[in-house]
Amino acid sequence: MILGLVSVCTPLGDSCLSRGMTHMQAISLAHPASLIAAVFTPWIALGIALLIGYFASYLTALSWADLTFVMPAAGLGNVVIALLSRYWLHEQISLERWAGIVLITVGVGFVAHGPSLTERPAASDQTEAAEPDVLLEEEQVR
Amino acid sequence: MTIPSPAVQPEFWMAAAMIAAIVLTSTAGEVLTAAAMKSIGDLDEIRAHSGMKGAILAVVTCPLFFAGLGFLALSFFSLLFALNHMAVSLVAPASASLTLVTNAIAAKLFLKENVDRRRWTSAVLVCIGVYLLAH
Repeated sequence: MILGLVSVCTPLGDSCLSRGMTHMQAISLAHPASLIAAVFTPWIALGIALLIGYFASYLTALSWADLTFVMPAAGLGNVVIALLSRYWLHEQISLERWAGIVLITVGVGFVAHGPSLTERPAASDQTEAAEPDVLLEEEQVR
Repeated sequence: MTIPSPAVQPEFWMAAAMIAAIVLTSTAGEVLTAAAMKSIGDLDEIRAHSGMKGAILAVVTCPLFFAGLGFLALSFFSLLFALNHMAVSLVAPASASLTLVTNAIAAKLFLKENVDRRRWTSAVLVCIGVYLLAH
């Protein structure tokens, strides 16, 4: 649920930001204040609101799982936005992008089958080798 | 006759510098934030005990969290700056996929996370996938 929210808010927020920034004039390093002004344009503001939602879910996930567990799982967001654009906006997806979708899905499936948190202070390698199923079940409960 | 390599063009170095700035600041931010959240403990449990207010208070009173947030803000503004100068089709996949790998390295080095073969494989698969998808 939490990781699902992370996956949905990130791509939507990013696309709002991208849309907002490409509609603006070029910003130079000489005028950093114009970057601050960019924050108050509607698309950027909507993007930021979505990314705040993402950040809250992301923090909650990080409080009970490893960074190297949460990160690949959050990569699922890219798959969500690609599938949304395919079936909702009827965009064409090239073979290259289908390959990307498959790779991310396999990668996330891979990490999700492992333990979500490094065991401390016990020797983590032995724990993982001995009881992967126990840890997996604990994860599925969440 | 010699053909100039794209690697020596100033635009290439400019793009590389912008992407490196995003990747480094976001890695520092992610690692500090993850360390902060680990030091606070399970937010779901804190919320069950002392409510939403208690959970928010636990987060905003953690100095490590603000250090992480500072780097994430830097990374965000570097991203805005880069998006304004380069195509999103280059910036987004390059920074997102590189950050996955640098984060895995930093998590192993600084957070002492157990990055086993399964996690490395997953990070690399997602990294290539993100690149292919966003390219």
